[in-house]
Amino acid sequence: MSEIPKEEYIEKCTTACAGCTSSLALRYVLKAAGPDTVLVVPACCTSILQGAYPKTAFSVPVYNIAFAAAAACASGMSEAFLSMGKKTNVIVYAGDGGTVDIGIQALSGALERGTDFLYICYDNEAYGNTGMQRSGATPAGARTTTTPGGKTDAKKDLDRIIAAHNIPYQATATPAYPKDLYEKVKTALATPGPSFLHILIPCPPGWRISSDMSVTVGKMAVKTGSFVLWERKYGELTISSPSKTAMKRRAPLRDYLSVQGRFKGISDKAVNELEQAIEKNITQLTKEEAGEC
Amino acid sequence: MLMVATGNKAVAAAVKDAKPSVVAAYPITPQSEVVEKIAEYVVSGEMQARYIPVESEHSAMTACIGASVTGVRTFTATSSHGLLYMHEMLHWAAGARLPIVMANINRSLGPGWNVWAEHTDAYSQRDSGWLQFFVADVQEAYDTTLMAFRIAENTGILLPVMVNLDGFLLSHIIQSLDTVDPGDYLPPMELPHAIDTANPAGYGTLTGPQDHFRFRWEIERAMRNAPAVIREAEDEFFKRFGRKYGPTDEYLCEDADVLILSLGTLGREAEVSVDILRKEGIKAGSMRVRWFRPFPELNFGDRELVVIDRGYSFGFGGVLADSIRSRYHDASIYSVIAGLGGQEVTYDDIAGFVRDRKMGEEFWFGVDA
Ligand SMILES: Cc1ncc(C[n+]2csc(CCOP(=O)(O)OP(=O)(O)O)c2C)c(N)n1
Ligand code: SF4
Repeated sequence: MSEIPKEEYIEKCTTACAGCTSSLALRYVLKAAGPDTVLVVPACCTSILQGAYPKTAFSVPVYNIAFAAAAACASGMSEAFLSMGKKTNVIVYAGDGGTVDIGIQALSGALERGTDFLYICYDNEAYGNTGMQRSGATPAGARTTTTPGGKTDAKKDLDRIIAAHNIPYQATATPAYPKDLYEKVKTALATPGPSFLHILIPCPPGWRISSDMSVTVGKMAVKTGSFVLWERKYGELTISSPSKTAMKRRAPLRDYLSVQGRFKGISDKAVNELEQAIEKNITQLTKEEAGEC
Repeated sequence: MLMVATGNKAVAAAVKDAKPSVVAAYPITPQSEVVEKIAEYVVSGEMQARYIPVESEHSAMTACIGASVTGVRTFTATSSHGLLYMHEMLHWAAGARLPIVMANINRSLGPGWNVWAEHTDAYSQRDSGWLQFFVADVQEAYDTTLMAFRIAENTGILLPVMVNLDGFLLSHIIQSLDTVDPGDYLPPMELPHAIDTANPAGYGTLTGPQDHFRFRWEIERAMRNAPAVIREAEDEFFKRFGRKYGPTDEYLCEDADVLILSLGTLGREAEVSVDILRKEGIKAGSMRVRWFRPFPELNFGDRELVVIDRGYSFGFGGVLADSIRSRYHDASIYSVIAGLGGQEVTYDDIAGFVRDRKMGEEFWFGVDA
């Protein structure tokens, strides 16, 4: 394993909320990618936290694009760089809404076409930019401003949708495990063709946690099995070591839910359903890793 | 090189000769032939471009935006619902000051499904910051597409350009076509704000009211520069390749008492109508408007105007008629709405509009009793 470089590509004064793990994740993403990188960012928190014109808090070019459009923009950019013989990294950094909802068509198209880029979905499980409305990635039972009684539908299974595109490299990560995240970005960028990274982003205002808890909550997501860390290279799945360790003795799901204000008042039935979904996901991933499916 | 081609193939040939680096496109009737032909050119090696067969028009325009901002020449083509599906990104392309060139094959909008010529698609993008041209024959489709790259990429403009061709009436008719080698008529594209990783910047970041307002004014300033730039591109085209173009295409206008104004292929029909009317002693002329945005300065004197619109602003009026009325308050206009959804409008019909004109009124051809 290589050391995480000291260079910073995000200046200290971003307009992110205190405790934002998305900016933390992006910090590692850019460390792994280096300066010959262009970020493509659709409407989302990131389009705010980079700062206002004429300044920018990032020391790589950031191309802001409309909400539905990130993957298509990256497709055009990547092909243009290819036409010039340049190797510049093209990285989409998009929220869950811009990925699982409005942007999914463009994303699916770009993956199918084999676009040479890295698409990162940082998943704070809601529309942060517009004030914490539900997204397709909001888990069942979570309260958002448009699901004030708790979401009744399950979280959309983004990773399996992406997997169906059979891309060369796909992984999950969270900045609570920065080394794991850093290595996955490195691998993604070293793999030709499309790569996809799904990063879980505990979000203090959205999840109703205190800002000093966001990294801890990210760890709890992994320890309870709510979010499993793995990578799939050319179809071969490996569960990553933090999740391997967690699976030996999983932390109780209730611990993870009870620290978050958004799950306040969640019914026992909803908790059971979440438990079952976790069981099912882990079983499937374990089987896949063992080559049983 | 002399050949015969459809309007669509003429556009594809112009794109090949302009040598863009990236073409991103999605098919729609009656545009499909343009993107099929370009795909063929790319596969055969006649064109070096990267062809991105995107999954929607929203993505086609967005991929052109992503490519264009790296500083390379880009092209796409669409029609009708495809154009409207791009709407959000059309504003983006203009706002981002990207010289993307697009052919739009004019077609009506549903419901009901109708694939024939109408200008409603282009009219509906009137205020998006795109330059728009309307062409009337195969040769003009080729020439205007070539000129569009030069105009869009002029550093005094840096705005996207749409070349409009009537669906089927021009996209699918076969006429003779003389292609050229543009040579340095099209210099390499130089985008002052191209993405440069050695010089990182934020593009389209959160922008306060003052700067935003200034950026909109700069778009308008480019529009105001455009007439001189377009004229220069047209004059230079004439010098090099011998074909003359301008803001309008005029036929027997000088001594005319009544002018027929129209866009696209209707203007060609109108020329025949003028011949018929002149034989009857009616001194008519045809003034086909080629530039729609920026809208050209026109000189009518005190002549009567019969303005034919193949599209409409519901609750208001014919769009070309209203553009003229709002610029030239004293103009005496007979507004004719004709040809929607591919309705046949012959030169005899147009001669009839002129004979029966009722100045100051609006007439819906084939619908009004
Ligand atoms: C077409 C369109 N619809 C709606 C919006 C408003 N909008 C901007 S960002 C956003 C939500 C973004 O959510 P997500 O992608 O999850 O990213 P986050 O804000 O959480 O970082 C919405 C609804 C928009 N910009 N464009
Ligand atoms: S809302 Fe959440 S994801 Fe968005 S900036 Fe704040 S903490 Fe970060």
